[in-house]
Amino acid sequence: MIVKNDKISEIINGKRVITKKPELLAPAGNLEKLKVAILYGADAVFIGGQEYGLRSNADNFTLEEIAEGVRFANKYGAKIYVTTNIYAHNENIPGLDKYLKGLEEAGVTGIIVADPLIIETARRIAPKLEVHLSTQQSLTNWKAVQFWKEEGLERVVLARETSAEEIREIKEKVDIEIEAFIHGAMCIAYSGRCVLSNHMTARDSNRGGCCQSCRWDYDLYKLDSGKEIALFDENDAPFAMSPKDLNLIQSIPKMIELGIDSLKIEGRMKSIHYVATVVSVYRKVIDAYCADPDNFVIKKEWLEELDKCANRDTAPAFFEGVPGYKEQMFGVHSKKTTYDFVGLVLDYDKETKMVILQQRNFFKPGDEVEFFGPQIENFTQKIEKIWDEDGNELDAARHPLQIVKFRVDKEVFPYNMMRKGH
Amino acid sequence: MKKPELLVTPIDVAHIRDLAEAGADAVMIGEQRYGLRLAGEFKREDIVEAVKIAHQHNVKVYVAMNAIFHNDKVDELGDYVKFLADTGVDAIVFGDPAVLMTVREVAPHMKLHWNTETTATNWYTCNYWGRKGAKRAVLAREINMDAIIEIKEHAEVEIEVQVHGMTCMFQSKRSLIGNYFEYQGKVMEIEKRKYEKGMFLYDKERDNKYPIFEDENGTHIMSPNDICIIDELEEMIDAEIDSFKIDGILQEREYITEVTKKYRLAIDLCAENREEYRKVKDQLLAEIEEIQPKHRPLDTGFFFKETVY
Repeated sequence: MIVKNDKISEIINGKRVITKKPELLAPAGNLEKLKVAILYGADAVFIGGQEYGLRSNADNFTLEEIAEGVRFANKYGAKIYVTTNIYAHNENIPGLDKYLKGLEEAGVTGIIVADPLIIETARRIAPKLEVHLSTQQSLTNWKAVQFWKEEGLERVVLARETSAEEIREIKEKVDIEIEAFIHGAMCIAYSGRCVLSNHMTARDSNRGGCCQSCRWDYDLYKLDSGKEIALFDENDAPFAMSPKDLNLIQSIPKMIELGIDSLKIEGRMKSIHYVATVVSVYRKVIDAYCADPDNFVIKKEWLEELDKCANRDTAPAFFEGVPGYKEQMFGVHSKKTTYDFVGLVLDYDKETKMVILQQRNFFKPGDEVEFFGPQIENFTQKIEKIWDEDGNELDAARHPLQIVKFRVDKEVFPYNMMRKGH
Repeated sequence: MKKPELLVTPIDVAHIRDLAEAGADAVMIGEQRYGLRLAGEFKREDIVEAVKIAHQHNVKVYVAMNAIFHNDKVDELGDYVKFLADTGVDAIVFGDPAVLMTVREVAPHMKLHWNTETTATNWYTCNYWGRKGAKRAVLAREINMDAIIEIKEHAEVEIEVQVHGMTCMFQSKRSLIGNYFEYQGKVMEIEKRKYEKGMFLYDKERDNKYPIFEDENGTHIMSPNDICIIDELEEMIDAEIDSFKIDGILQEREYITEVTKKYRLAIDLCAENREEYRKVKDQLLAEIEEIQPKHRPLDTGFFFKETVY
């Protein structure tokens, strides 16, 4: 049930309108993804630098790239946050001052932090940076939120274990910005409270080395007077604790009415296709609800669109109650993909109806593809002849990043994307 | 030479006397409503009794309030803290800042030990919690000896290190054992079965067995080995680490008592008669190996191991 919140809405011309729109916060693993996220509708983007972030395997931004990202974001009125949410060890202390100063100079709006070392160092060295508490602190109650408010933080990211009712109570009791996850992969453990990776592979999960041991299979036994008894039958899938990905599209109206300040999409390691698709869908949902909450319905096409970039089955997790076995995956390891991202539009000639496109995956004449982007309604197109940059006809677009031309009936725009169903 | 406190986790009230006689200087107790992964369940009346017995033996009592609290329990924290203060416990162990806030309100003189387990990984942050009111920081088990010594050198709070027993690797709010049974369709037995003792996950690739259990705080997965560094105490005693902890979770009472006796001897010798310690330390390790359950191999945890990221 959705409780209408007067604090975030006004009656304009007899119609209720949401005037306090939440920020849509998107992930970006590199500059291209950052630009895509903003062009597809993100109000803010979070990125990782070369150090102190939790994805040591990601591309990650240099300080120059961060500054370039900020300049791009500024043009669109978007904000950039940098994840600096490791739990530091002594050896990580040297260099922190310089790094934080660099972020401030690059013009980022804020940093996402778990370790008080980094909170206090940022306050001292880079006071212009907002400090947001990371979900790594597993913040689950209003009194702990009160503590961090008194410490001077601008915003807290709640633990993924908090429910809608708990968030309502937190919002009522503490005046601080709340950020909550709406979409993407998540830890099945309380974030920050899992060191499986450390024990199993000597990789430090709380400094970006997580090897996702929670996605592996185990066998469950019981020790009974020295005897090991299997707690599974031959036909059972092994014990697993792999969570389905979070998907709160149906809960966005409730989240907006709760007054949550920032709705966050996970996935700094994900592709530009993923970022573009997820951001554009949530952009539409948020805008549609805020414009006319009383007549809002979730469109089927939005749900279908989200499915086109899904890596795993999805579930609403703790926001809507306590997740049971149906919110986990047993015996499933392959990632599901229904569509491939095959090309990025660079340009389009309205006269000749020719698109100039950068190849991102194999396609050939005769393929049916779909174009999507912030300026257009999705449409499908059958590909006829394909030429390379020099006008040579191709039997297929085979090479990654190759520039190709072909005819597209409807107008498309730079940064629109082309995808192909399996 | 300054000796570290020897802190042990008893299984029940009666066990406290045994541990005191075995040489424990302090015990950590509590109930799962407020504390995480305890060796025994101590309700309020047990805590009253425990404090009486422990204090008769000059043993300190620390009570665990280190759970990750949701809103539903926040309002009752004050009453529990007040009860603990009235009962005369020597310190409260916390991780969630809500406990710190509550102690400030209702029992500002109560000593606090900061213990989030996995996130106490650098000296600055230990001192940060010290400035917020903690008297002690309990270090993460995933850092090595050099890091521990460096933290102690910079620390403005007491430093506690676990020297023996299993450690927690994972805590989820989800009912992962119950969910698995439910997935298997064994619906009838789930509520009872998911709380059974002695369950473990077998990891074929590493040939490891990880104890797993569920309680009010969710699902917990424990390390496949028991730390034992009874023969490696010199550096930490020289560095004047304040407290050595033996964690007895999922162990038998006699085992915990025996291990306590051996660490008592090891600490005393190491501090007072270094030569003798060096002579007997291998023997002490061998004696622990003898009483070690066969499904629980000993190792040295992360004391001599590097992690990468």
